[in-house]
Amino acid sequence: MTSSSHTIPLAAEQSQRRRDALLGLRRYALFLVLALLLAGFSWQQPEFILPANLLSILQSSAVEALLGLAVTISLICGGFDLSIGATAASALIASSYALVVWQWGTFAAVLLALGAGAAIGLFNALLIVRLGIPDLLATLGSMFLLGGLQLIPSAGQSISTGMPLANGGVASGGFSAGFLALGRARWLGVPLPVLLVASLALALWLLMERTRWGRVFYATGGNREAARLAGAPTDAYRVFACVLSGTLAALGGVIIAARVGRGDVSGGASLLLDSIAATLIGFAVLNARRPNVLGTMVGAVFVGVLLNGLTMLNVPFYTQDFVKGAVLVAALALTYGPGGARR
Amino acid sequence: MPQHPARAAPLLSLRQIRKRFGATRALDGVDLTLRAGEVLALMGANGAGKSTLVQIISGACQADSGELLWRGESARFASPRAARQAGIASVYQQTSQLGVPGLSVAQNLLLDQLCSAQSALWLTPASIRRQALAIAATVAPELPLEADFADLSPAQCQLLALARAQHSGARLIIFDEPTASLSARESTALFTVIEQLKRGGVAILYVSHRLADLRRIADRAVVLRNGRVVGEFAVPLQLDAAVEAMIGGQLPARLTRVSRPASAPRLVLKQVQLLPGARPFDLRLHAGEIVAVTGHLAAGKSRLLHGLFGGAAFHSGQVNLDGVPWHAASSADAIAAGVFMAAADRWRSSFLPPEALGSSLSDLMALPHLKRWFPRGWVKQQVLDERARVWIDRLGIVCDGVRATPDQLSGGNQQKVVLARWQSSPAKVLLLDEPFQGVDVAARHDLIASIREMKDRAVLIATSDLEEALEVADRVLVMERHSLYDPGVAPHTGTLLAQLQRLEHFVGENAVNASFDLDYTQ
Repeated sequence: MTSSSHTIPLAAEQSQRRRDALLGLRRYALFLVLALLLAGFSWQQPEFILPANLLSILQSSAVEALLGLAVTISLICGGFDLSIGATAASALIASSYALVVWQWGTFAAVLLALGAGAAIGLFNALLIVRLGIPDLLATLGSMFLLGGLQLIPSAGQSISTGMPLANGGVASGGFSAGFLALGRARWLGVPLPVLLVASLALALWLLMERTRWGRVFYATGGNREAARLAGAPTDAYRVFACVLSGTLAALGGVIIAARVGRGDVSGGASLLLDSIAATLIGFAVLNARRPNVLGTMVGAVFVGVLLNGLTMLNVPFYTQDFVKGAVLVAALALTYGPGGARR
Repeated sequence: MPQHPARAAPLLSLRQIRKRFGATRALDGVDLTLRAGEVLALMGANGAGKSTLVQIISGACQADSGELLWRGESARFASPRAARQAGIASVYQQTSQLGVPGLSVAQNLLLDQLCSAQSALWLTPASIRRQALAIAATVAPELPLEADFADLSPAQCQLLALARAQHSGARLIIFDEPTASLSARESTALFTVIEQLKRGGVAILYVSHRLADLRRIADRAVVLRNGRVVGEFAVPLQLDAAVEAMIGGQLPARLTRVSRPASAPRLVLKQVQLLPGARPFDLRLHAGEIVAVTGHLAAGKSRLLHGLFGGAAFHSGQVNLDGVPWHAASSADAIAAGVFMAAADRWRSSFLPPEALGSSLSDLMALPHLKRWFPRGWVKQQVLDERARVWIDRLGIVCDGVRATPDQLSGGNQQKVVLARWQSSPAKVLLLDEPFQGVDVAARHDLIASIREMKDRAVLIATSDLEEALEVADRVLVMERHSLYDPGVAPHTGTLLAQLQRLEHFVGENAVNASFDLDYTQ
């Protein structure tokens, strides 16, 4: 009896230490892999690590990160918004159309696009909160709706200066310098979209992780009944999450329009999938196992680094989706896989 | 005729069973014997090792060391399936584990046959019905065979599971808190079935917190504490001694107050009708008073509590809070007015999934009070943690600190977290819906002591367990068909047992009367 009681605590201590080590590995695994990627790519391609390239990685991930934030917020509040990509695409068309056809000013065009995003969010909220349609189905419906709606004003054409109009005339408006600056300007060398997304992410991180409103968002998503019985106006929070996510997605669309300088029609499907991937990869960051703002940002950058590096190594572009999928599956395995239970 | 239990060879013997989970010793050398035709009660506080022992017997987990003899031969059940094939069946507390929703009752009765490889490929509804009738005949002849499993009451689910177990030739049936979600009437029906099984030579291992159950059906009781057998009691059960063995000390004296307070009532309900057609009733609650409402499951207890807490409004009547007419449109309204409620089923109504932000003990305790504590919005985690530490100490919550999540806690400690949430702010009225589900006697006493400590609030407890009601309350009322009745039982006079019998009688009578009422109320 005495001998066994000596060995038990030791064994327990050892297994505890092993568990702690594993937990630590799990927490920082994504950062570790990111560091390895950066090291590996710069060893193969010295230009990779140059500030100009790193900034271009951030620039190219900015929109995915922004849409990822939109997905993250809807997930935190217990919904899944499939209409994010279509919302962004619609905002892109709306702002381009206002600039080119209606010849609106920069400010008005941006406002219109953001307002459209908020209105789409409100519409989703109507379907989900008021009519009680399951979130996935409701937003799938609005995704189709928007995918078709955005084709109507320009009869399925891309919107650019000089495009023929239905009344026989020619669109004489254009993308103003102010508007294009939203996608292309730099401040101290850092692209404006990157600054924009970084500051929005910081604000949302503070909101979600440090304020009581954030607690209620998570509580509403985690257990709506419990949140309601704790006195939270859960419906109001769900509506707000829909509207916020629609507005963020619309901002993403505006940035794309400003970067490209043309109103290209698209269903936004790849935007949707990329932003969901960023959010889900974010589950593994710090072993959070929940949608979280920091994780989504890391997820977006992670995918950006990977794609940029592989392109530099002359890996064909058509393998990109495969790589993204592999990263996503690995991150999910890390989050939920064996031993993924927190303790 | 089955042999007399005491003389028969043991059906099941456990010798020095040990089981460790990480650093904790769940079972530390347990010996146990069970004979055919015997009802053995397994008692113990939360965390005493009851569940682990049951899991080892039913094949859900394996012992680290020790020997299990089944019908005289050494056995080791690698899976629940293996145990079932050997003749050991379990009737679980969660009805969701008892059958498949979406299938009919008849199909559920035949589930073992349908899932077996030897099952006939071609089954007509008529043949399913015929076989199902045969299975249900002895134990549950009244089950609605065509109904969907999802529509069954918890009692019917258990009967279904029992019929399956009996048909499959089970020699030992394990019950885990079977009456936790049953009304008094349904429990009585279950006990009749258990008696019947017992006469047929089936051994019963009965795990329960409810002393009243054990008093009625157990032949013998074994008490576990800290993974060891600390006492064994034969009929007639010395319940007080068994409870003392269970908690490892004397029960604290009951703290019921004798006289009614002279102050003005805190909450007054006048001529309230919960539903159209229900008999209107009055209710007066004073600060510092604990009133228990008991009665059948769907009698309307929860509706009363939720109505006061901003849920579905009462059909008619008036509610005065501190002498002023008052109505809560939402739970937020009620909380703002100082009317708090801990709803039934803590996982559904109070906790968050363990990985969500805000699922730690300190966050959960603070959730309804965040607005008052942090009017400017910024949450200070140290403040939350400090407040939580105070309540963890005060209620003696056994946990790994304030950042632990409730899934790591035993039922009693989980309920303490829920209570701490609503005790940590000043209140006028505290509504508790089934607050003692899965809570052992010792934890129940801690909870009650804490509730009694707070003299600022009137407490209304809804519980379907008569014994709990008598134990915790100053006054016990009975709810039947959405109306309140006063059985005239004063908990502080006479023995607990005498009162229990009187209350059981009242509830039974009332149920009969109420069923006569049925015709003209509808």
